[in-house]
Amino acid sequence: MTRTILSLASLSLATLAALLLVTAGCRPASSSQSASRLVLTGSSTVAPLAAEIGKRFEASSGIRVDVQTGGSSRGLADARQGLADIGMASRALEAGEEDLASFTIARDGICVIVHRDNPVARLSDAQVVEIFTGRIADWGAVGGAPGPVTVVNKAEGRSTLELFLKHFGIDNRQVRASVVIGDNEQGIKTVAGQAGAVGYVSIGAAEHAAARGVPIKLLPMRSVAATTANVRGGRYPLARPLNLVTLGEPKEPARRFIDFARSEAVHDLVEDLSLVPALESLAAGEASRPSPTES
Amino acid sequence: MSTARRPSGRSRQWTSDRLLVWTLRGCGVLTGAVVALIAVFLVVESFGALSGVGLLRFFSDPSWHPSAGAAEGTFNLVPMLLGTLLTAAGAVLVATPLGLFSALFCRVYAPTAVARPYRRLIELLAGIPSVVYGFWGLVVLVPLIARFRPPGASLLAGVLILALMILPTIALAADAALSGVPRRYLRGAAALGLGRWATLSGVALPAARSGIATGVILAAGRALGETMAVLMVCGNVVEMPASVFDPVRTLTANIALEMAYAVGDHRSALFVSGLFLLVLVSGLVLAAESIERRKVVG
Amino acid sequence: MVDHEMWGSTPARGRTDRLVAAVVWLAATVVTAVFLWILADLLRHGAGQISWTFLTAAPASAGRAGGIGPILVSTAWILAVCLAVALPLGLGTAVLLAELTSAEDAFGRLVRRSLDVLAGVPSIVFGLFGNALFCVYLGLGFSILSGGLTLACMVLPILIRSAEEGLRAVPDEYRLGGAALGLSRGKILLHLLLPAAVPGLIVGVVLGFGRAIAETAALIFTSGYVDRMPGSVHDSGRALSIHIYDLGVNIPGGETNAYATALVLVAILLLTNTAASLLGDRLRGRHAES
Repeated sequence: MTRTILSLASLSLATLAALLLVTAGCRPASSSQSASRLVLTGSSTVAPLAAEIGKRFEASSGIRVDVQTGGSSRGLADARQGLADIGMASRALEAGEEDLASFTIARDGICVIVHRDNPVARLSDAQVVEIFTGRIADWGAVGGAPGPVTVVNKAEGRSTLELFLKHFGIDNRQVRASVVIGDNEQGIKTVAGQAGAVGYVSIGAAEHAAARGVPIKLLPMRSVAATTANVRGGRYPLARPLNLVTLGEPKEPARRFIDFARSEAVHDLVEDLSLVPALESLAAGEASRPSPTES
Repeated sequence: MSTARRPSGRSRQWTSDRLLVWTLRGCGVLTGAVVALIAVFLVVESFGALSGVGLLRFFSDPSWHPSAGAAEGTFNLVPMLLGTLLTAAGAVLVATPLGLFSALFCRVYAPTAVARPYRRLIELLAGIPSVVYGFWGLVVLVPLIARFRPPGASLLAGVLILALMILPTIALAADAALSGVPRRYLRGAAALGLGRWATLSGVALPAARSGIATGVILAAGRALGETMAVLMVCGNVVEMPASVFDPVRTLTANIALEMAYAVGDHRSALFVSGLFLLVLVSGLVLAAESIERRKVVG
Repeated sequence: MVDHEMWGSTPARGRTDRLVAAVVWLAATVVTAVFLWILADLLRHGAGQISWTFLTAAPASAGRAGGIGPILVSTAWILAVCLAVALPLGLGTAVLLAELTSAEDAFGRLVRRSLDVLAGVPSIVFGLFGNALFCVYLGLGFSILSGGLTLACMVLPILIRSAEEGLRAVPDEYRLGGAALGLSRGKILLHLLLPAAVPGLIVGVVLGFGRAIAETAALIFTSGYVDRMPGSVHDSGRALSIHIYDLGVNIPGGETNAYATALVLVAILLLTNTAASLLGDRLRGRHAES
């Protein structure tokens, strides 16, 4: 018994020491420098696609790809701080973000969704604004069955929220929400669970969910149906690029992953998630960046 | 502790003993320092917001829209502070009588054959993780409330789920406190011919008061600090609730909801909410301790 | 249940007594009913799902299909890191508090006070702290290591309290006898006190394990939620509780597997808690004899 205790104690002390050493040792070698692992963080709209691409990339290259969701601004910040090798952002880079390089891997739109059983088939831009700012609080006012509107808004810091509000010219301070959610999937789930709910999410995520039988309905915007085809054709009014972002020019193996994510080898994955492959709408200059010198 | 607990060794073993003592001291310093380290990190990370935004604006700004940064964003934490206090207070109000009655049930009213399994059940309730309570609230309780008053995710849902979670803490503390009531008190009451409730309300409960109070305070601390369950059932809208059917956001839910997405002053402001929480809960813990100490002295 | 017999002797008389009795029984019935409701829900929706395949397979389609194999492995790794760090530290502190400091000792009082506060710190605050210290400052990123270390800070108070109780329960004769034999403090500790305190230590470990495995909020921002088989402690790994949260909140159609995962988690917890209370009973029983 005594010996067991003694050895247990020394063992755990040794483990502790080892852990401390490992902890201290890996301080300089953060995730970014590892050659056999890629960490992607950011937009929850890009994450499912990046994860699928990652799986395929891993199978061919043996490089492990870890994908964490956390919003576009988080993706940009993590890429900047070196917490992630590649950030994911569901919007274009803005002024003041020139230190980052972005690579579009797909395009997507944002649409308003309601429950499938909601008889409302379309909402004008003005009606959307009035619903989200609380001036319309009953479905009866927009041609639906009378009943309270449950407004599903997104939490601060998500680019879907920013793009949606900007498009409609709403200040987030004016939004009167009944529920605040995080990811696209949570928005879809919340709307699917409540007959009177209205929310806005990525078209890709919504179309994908609706195809699987989740009871939601995608409303057209300015009479353009919210479909992948309309995003592809450039007709849909609220479209956005889905980007991979690196600090400066990407290094290996991030470079290889980005090239792979933009190649035709992943178009089926992009389309499976109801997104539009990027190459079709890509600027020529961006596609032909010089290849990196280091191997 | 008496000196008998510290047998002194001979000088030959002096060095190894000293090594041992200092190693143990080192452990003590490390574990004792964790709280300080947490406080330091919260303060350091909050510093950006505290200096850029200023403490006052966390109370006086018109709303909570922090992602625009210190200059343009607004940082009012009051609705969330209120949300935290309301959910916790509601939960304590619901759980205290239930917990107290549960303890009385175990100690006094139930036959032994029932009391023992009931106590085990309370212990099991205490062991269920908060995420399971939250999940159950999300799929069962919220739709149930939504049937009467949409959206369902509301202050009420949060209060009920939290009450369920802290009930075991109160019940077990009250149970322990009642078991500590000296027998002679009860015999005295019986000798006076007091009835059961008269004995309880006049003798046993007052004698167990401080133990029960400590339990309630610790339960309140748990309710204030709970994150996942309230995040899942409260709706998380930053607003002063007008009724129990309105959604609320607590300080904890605010952190969990926005932390992954927050950068710069926004992230820093979330550490400020963490600091608020730490101060609230430390205050409660120290209050509980002072009650315990009074009991020992008195 | 001596106490119970004591109470049995107080007479129940009058309308008030009957009314109070009714209310107490009602309260107990309500609590029992809600507990059974939750348990029945978990069993009804989750039990059919659980199979060997579910426990070993990887999640598919964001967790809607497939199993929880990698999630169990990640959880085990996080717990292993947590206990590997918390055990030696906690044991050392417990020995310090129980054997080497007196009630008047200022240092001991300070440590004890700070542990009391630590026990009350909300788990989300641990999450913030772990994210700032381990993920960002120490550069560990979202990893099993970060999550385990954060949990280690969290379970320390529980571990220390139980270990201290275990040590205090060891009769003073052990210490006096050891001292009389001229043993050094270290020898007395290793050969006499710790072996005698083992049940208390095990109870502490089990309780700490239970707290750690139930934790969600402290892990979201530290160990992350990559639902793949971890390759090393530097990989992000999703714990069981986070899997339940993600399936419940973010995944339409994820409820069935969320129920099943919750059932697995609750089963693990019930087992560990029962083990702890049985051990605790035995511990107390042994001291009653001695």
